[in-house]
Formats: sequence, C-alpha cells, structure tokens
Amino acid sequence: MAIDTQVGEELKRKMTCIVCPTGCQLEVQRDGDGKLSITGFQCRRGEAYAENEILNPRRVLTTTVKIRNASLPLLPVRTTEAIPKELLAEAMQVLAQVEVTAPVKTGDVILANILDTGIDVIASRDMKRVEGVA
Amino acid sequence: MLNTHYTDVAIIGGGPAGLAAALAARRAGAEHVTVLERNHELGGILQQCIHNGFGLHRFKEELTGPEYAYRFIPQVEADPKIHVYLNTMVLSLSPEKEMTAVHPVHGLINLKAKSVILAMGCRERTRGALSIPGTRPAGVYTAGTAQRFVNMDGFMPGKRVVILGSGDIGLIMARRFTMEGAKVEAVVEIMPYPAGLARNIAQCLEDFDIPLYLNSTVTKIHGKDRVEGVTISQVDDNWCPIPGTERYIPCDTLLLSVGLIPENELSQEAEVPLDPRTGGPIVDESRETLVSGIFACGNVLHVHDLVDYVSEEAEIAGEAAARYALKQTADGVVNGKNGMGGQFTIKPGDGIRYVLPQRVTQGAEVDLYMRVTQPMDAITLSLSGVTLARKRQVRPSEMLKIKLKAQHWDSLLEDGKAQGRELCLAAEPRL
Ligand SMILES: Cc1cc2nc3c(=O)[nH]c(=O)nc-3n(C[C@H](O)[C@H](O)[C@H](O)COP(=O)(O)OP(=O)(O)OC[C@H]3O[C@@H](n4cnc5c(N)ncnc54)[C@H](O)[C@@H]3O)c2cc1C
Ligand code: SF4
Repeated sequence: MAIDTQVGEELKRKMTCIVCPTGCQLEVQRDGDGKLSITGFQCRRGEAYAENEILNPRRVLTTTVKIRNASLPLLPVRTTEAIPKELLAEAMQVLAQVEVTAPVKTGDVILANILDTGIDVIASRDMKRVEGVA
Repeated sequence: MLNTHYTDVAIIGGGPAGLAAALAARRAGAEHVTVLERNHELGGILQQCIHNGFGLHRFKEELTGPEYAYRFIPQVEADPKIHVYLNTMVLSLSPEKEMTAVHPVHGLINLKAKSVILAMGCRERTRGALSIPGTRPAGVYTAGTAQRFVNMDGFMPGKRVVILGSGDIGLIMARRFTMEGAKVEAVVEIMPYPAGLARNIAQCLEDFDIPLYLNSTVTKIHGKDRVEGVTISQVDDNWCPIPGTERYIPCDTLLLSVGLIPENELSQEAEVPLDPRTGGPIVDESRETLVSGIFACGNVLHVHDLVDYVSEEAEIAGEAAARYALKQTADGVVNGKNGMGGQFTIKPGDGIRYVLPQRVTQGAEVDLYMRVTQPMDAITLSLSGVTLARKRQVRPSEMLKIKLKAQHWDSLLEDGKAQGRELCLAAEPRL
C-alpha cells in the first residue's frame, strides 16, 4: 500500500518494488533539503525504482491494436521502454485509432515516438497474413 | 484399423512447457520428437498474456507472454526432427504410452511413443466449484476467459466489473479492463492476504486506486438476464459470512480469479498417481511420474506463477524423456533406472503446502520447489532437521526454489535423520 505523509518538502512513502517478482517492500524518505533515503531493496534496480517513483513514475504500456488480414482481429503491442505514468491514458487513446495490416513481425515499429516521448510502440508477436480475412 | 505412428518422445501440449521440453529432448539426442497441440498455434496460455513480466530470471529482460513464447517457437519450427501437429487434441493415453488424437485432416490418429511428456497446463476453477447463491445471469466469466476475449478476440465483456479472488490473472485483468475504459469496482478476496504477487497488487490495483477487500467474499449475484450487481460480505475465521457486513455493489460483470487446477484427465487415464496437494502427478527429480516413461512438467504438474521455472522444469523432463527413449531396446524393455532402490519420499511438514519433486534419489543434488501455507517472516526451511535455507519473507503466492546439496545429504544420512526413507520439509520461525 502506498502511504504518503507529506509535510512541506518532507515525504515518507512505502511502496512495493515492481521491477522483479520478489516484490520487496521499499520505504522512501525525503528530508527538508529534498534528499532521498531509500530502504528495503535487495538490489540496485529497486533503489533506482524507488527514486523514479518519487521523481518521475513510469510504466511500460502493453495493449493491442487492430490488425487486418490476420488470423486474429488484434495484435499485441508494447512500448519499448516505460513511458511517464500520466501519459498512459492518452497513449491508450492514440493506439485505439491505430490499425495495421498483416504480416507483422515481432519488434516491428507500430507507432514511432508516441506522444513525443522518444519511445516507440512495437509488435510483441508475429502475425501472418491470412487470405480471405478482412 | 487405424494406422499407428511411432515416435521417440511424444509431448502433449505446445505451451512453454511443451516447447522447452521438445528442444531439450532434441539436445539430449532424441531423433524423433512429436508435439501435439489442440490450439491453432503454439505458445499455450502465453499468447493471451500480453502484459510484460515474463522471462526476468531466464533472459534478464522483461518480456510479454507472446515475446517469451517467440524465444522458443522459431527454434521448434526450424528443427526437422520435431514434428508439430496443431489443431490436434489428444483424446486418450495408456500406461503403455499409446495415444489417440484427433486431427482436422488425418482424422483419428494412433501414436505410440517410447516416452511421453505431459505438458497440458491447467484450467481455471469455475463458479460451479464455488456455488455462490443467487441467479445465473450472463456476465459471469473466469478471468482467463475474459483475458482471451479482450486481448485476442477484441471483445469487452462489460463496463462495470467486480473481481472475485485476487489471483494474478484477476489482478492483471483489473488493470487491463481499467485501461480499456471499464470501471473495476472491487477485488474481493476471502483470505486475509492477496493470492497474487505483491508487484501485481502494486501495479494493477494501487496504480488505479482499485479497492481490494480482504477477508471478504461475494455472497449473492443479482440480476435476471444480465448481472446487475453483487453483494459482498466479510467472513469470519471459518470463511462464514458475517451477518450485517453485507454491501451491495452495482456491476454488469463478475470475473472469477479463484485458482487454477492442473489438467490431468489424460494422466489419470494412463494410471499416473496424483498428489492431492499439487493436483498434479507425483514425480522424481527427473520429472518422471510413477508410470515408467511418462514425464510431466509445467502447470500440469503444479501451478507455476513464473514461466521461467516452467521452462527450467520442462528442460529437465525433456532431457530425461530423451534418455529414457534412447535406452529403450527394441522389445520395449528399459535398461537400468526405476529400480526405485535409492529413492526417498519428501513430505510437506509444518508451514509447507507442497514440495516437488515428491521423490528424490539418494544423494541427488536437486532443486526443490515449494510453497508455504501462509505469509511468514524470518523462517528456516529444514529437511528432517537439516537446515536448507533461511528466508526473510515468504508468501504462498511465490514459489520457493531451494537446492538440496551433497552436504545436506551427508548430514541426513550420517545422523540417521532419514528414517524409513521418508524426509519431511518444514518451515519454522526463527527465534
Ligand atoms: C493469465 C496468466 C497470467 C500469467 N502471468 C505471468 C507473468 O506475469 N509472469 C510469468 O512469468 N508467468 C505468468 N503466468 C504463468 C505462466 O504463463 C504459466 O505458468 C505457463 O504458461 C504454463 O505453461 P504450460 O506450458 O505448463 O501451460 P499452458 O501455457 O497452459 O500450455 C498448455 C498447452 O497444452 C495444450 N493442451 C492441453 N490439453 C491438451 C490435449 N489433450 N491435447 C493437445 N493439447 C493440449 C493447451 O492447448 C495449451 O496450449 C501467467 C499465467 C496466466 C494463466
Ligand atoms: S529491490 Fe531488486 S530484488 Fe527487490 S523487488 Fe526490486 S528488483 Fe526485485
């Protein structure tokens, strides 16, 4: 559970590290000068995650876009890296308008530089062309 | 009369377990490997798991389900000695390792194998197994079925959703529904702790302010043709609803994420004994069942939360099944192995829900996989009194993997702790 207590610039927050399945319980404290002290991590990636969560929380977006001429109506896609959390909803709206045509290969760029983040949206599977399918 | 086809290693199921087993069997020298998959493509459940979170242990990268599957599928397809039959459902299996399957073009086929690997995965528990009072309107789905609808078929089952059970699939779907514009009203869990991984509670519920009600369950489903709402109630220590705690939540969809059951109808037909704790076959460290030459791996053996361990386990089974097939002589007699001479049984003791493999050969250095019965802090895991490992924090949702080493065997055998060839694994609080 993310619990925040904020007094001026001071902040204390508990969070679960989502970088790997271990799910360490982290605690971040920011003192009056804005300095962060982080505890509870088992590795460096957890420490970096906690710092990012306070300064600039980001998430990888995984969703689907419409695809024509394939055995399925949807193609799974993902951002190549995590994008700012506050852009997730907007990115979903942008991707709802996207439609591609099979064949597609894993890793093909479906939408470059989504919302000017410098991050691409790529296909996360192969999709063969099937004749006779709209 | 049906024509009978012959193969060295037959693999039932082309999910991550079947794929890794096929490749490992080939590496170990099997000359003819057959994969039978009832779906129209390989990859199993991974094809509908479009979220990321796969492969961190194995590939040191966070992949989506389909991407993880594609680390294996092209290799399997490129190997001319692996024969893949899609749209092919195995209907029966005998202890003599004869199968019948139905194929869209060839019709019924008979297949006889020197060794068989069970890799059928698991299925979701359904509402019938739970018996919630109320009407039977449309709008009740298992979480995995909803996942397939939303991610592969392009169909949203509803707009206002309540999820019963806090398993990982339900948590992943809570996020997915929210991102697709539906409102997830609540996740309701009967236990005092969540069933899914802590990271999924954080990134699927907390990120979207979806409430999680622990010690609670759905006590009534409302609506005639379509779900209109559910009543949830708190439960006491015996899981009985507490009168006066009822709360009505309007919704049009109820998702069930109340657990998975290994799919073992075929195993039972082949007289493979199952472990009631895992719901899967009893196996030794090579993942051989108690029926000689029949092996098992992946979710059919025990429900895994991480696919990385599925692949690892499948490689053990694939290699052993290949060795078994190679040792077999023309008249079907196997040389060596299965004398059962040096085998020990491992039983779960205090704090342990199950341990796998259930049989180990004396002196074998093996990874033991286990789950605890409840969340615990600061524990020692010991085997018949011999300490194997200490853990800071353990949860039933996370499978533990611990190595049984030569030095542990030394202590077990020296001190005569291994009485009657039975070992007991326990999780004890550290004082
Ligand atoms: C919704 C969900 C989310 C998950 N999230 C994660 C995650 O984030 N990270 C992670 O690491 N792991 C995750 N997992 C776990 C991981 O995906 C599974 O443990 C893994 O897929 C199990 O592999 P399997 O090959 O044993 O089973 P499956 O993938 O189920 O494959 C079994 C295959 O056997 C076939 N089959 C069954 N019976 C027959 C028959 N009679 N004849 C022919 N074929 C048959 C089926 O069609 C299927 O293709 C998740 C699992 C699920 C269900
Ligand atoms: S701190 Fe490291 S070990 Fe712990 S959850 Fe985060 S990434 Fe995993």
